Amino acid sequence: MTFEEIKDLLVQQFGEEVIVSDNKDPQQPYLVLQPERLPEVCLLLHDHEQTYFDFLSCLTGIDNGPAAGTMEVVYNLYSIPYDHHLTLKVIVPRNQEEEALPQVPTVSHIWRTADWHEREAFDLVGIGFTGHPDMRRILCAADWEGHPLRKDYKLQDYYHGIKVPFDNHNAFNGFKGEPQQLTSTPTPFSDKREKPES
Amino acid sequence: MMDAKTGEGGVVITKLDDLLNWARLTALWPMGFGLACCAIEMMGAYSSAYDIDRFGVIPRASPRQSDVMIVAGTVTFKMADRIRRLYEQMAEPRYVISMGSCSNCGGPYWEHGYHVVKGVDRIIPVDVYVPGCPPRPEALIGGFLKLQEIVRQETIRAPRAVEKLMAKRQEAANA
Repeated sequence: MTFEEIKDLLVQQFGEEVIVSDNKDPQQPYLVLQPERLPEVCLLLHDHEQTYFDFLSCLTGIDNGPAAGTMEVVYNLYSIPYDHHLTLKVIVPRNQEEEALPQVPTVSHIWRTADWHEREAFDLVGIGFTGHPDMRRILCAADWEGHPLRKDYKLQDYYHGIKVPFDNHNAFNGFKGEPQQLTSTPTPFSDKREKPES
Repeated sequence: MMDAKTGEGGVVITKLDDLLNWARLTALWPMGFGLACCAIEMMGAYSSAYDIDRFGVIPRASPRQSDVMIVAGTVTFKMADRIRRLYEQMAEPRYVISMGSCSNCGGPYWEHGYHVVKGVDRIIPVDVYVPGCPPRPEALIGGFLKLQEIVRQETIRAPRAVEKLMAKRQEAANA
């Protein structure tokens, strides 16, 4: 199916309002969907016998920065039997400091690939996915502060007593012969799986 | 004269320091672990082409059996706790070779790498730094020869980590 045919199918199934906007750029056309309707649309695209998007190639979280005030999640779908592609987007408002993270419904029950990809988006740009079975950090340490790929990200000064910024390298940091007193007590090691406090 | 076995040269005189140092520096057993691409060069050094075994360097599977830790690769903050723990598990005397730019000073991640410890010497004391990105096996062998020179200069030293541990225990007992 072509991009137009898929769009018509979605309009016919869910109505006009489900597609917020679209981009017909022949390089990579995409549809911008309503975030709250995303799972049902994805389920239809996955199950419908004419689309059959059985493969989620990629899921990307994007921070557009505080000036734009939006964050996006991009879904690259692929159908192995039909060999056709579709790009979907959802755009959510960016949270201010002290506000809760923006939330997008999960699609991990449709494509298991989305499970870890959504954890990565949560970890690095700070987008929460409602209904995700295991919303933990996946790359950074469990007690890391902030989301590193946000445009306004600031490094923390210390992590477990280790200075984080470079700061003239070891002119003021590091060992000079004898182990120095750490700036704070290192957290005890635990063999439990790392889980954030819920 | 050395190859003639006469049975008459029965006494070897040396200093105890020299004897112990010789024993240590000719059997520097590294801990077998690697963190990134530097580890590939480290494996190259272990392999038959470079045969680092001829210096008595044989990788060991456990920190308890190791004398030297080669930090071969990028140290992330997630790994930092584990490295510190592995170092603490090694028996004294223990040495650390920091291999490659990443573990020397953060390497290419020095400015924008939020996840990289800017030098493993922020976690554990380092004896020898091997520069390179990644260093060739020859450079690592050079690092070992440098470490051998360090060990050769040593005299018997107190087991400081154990002493510190015992002092802490004594303090706890007194309190």
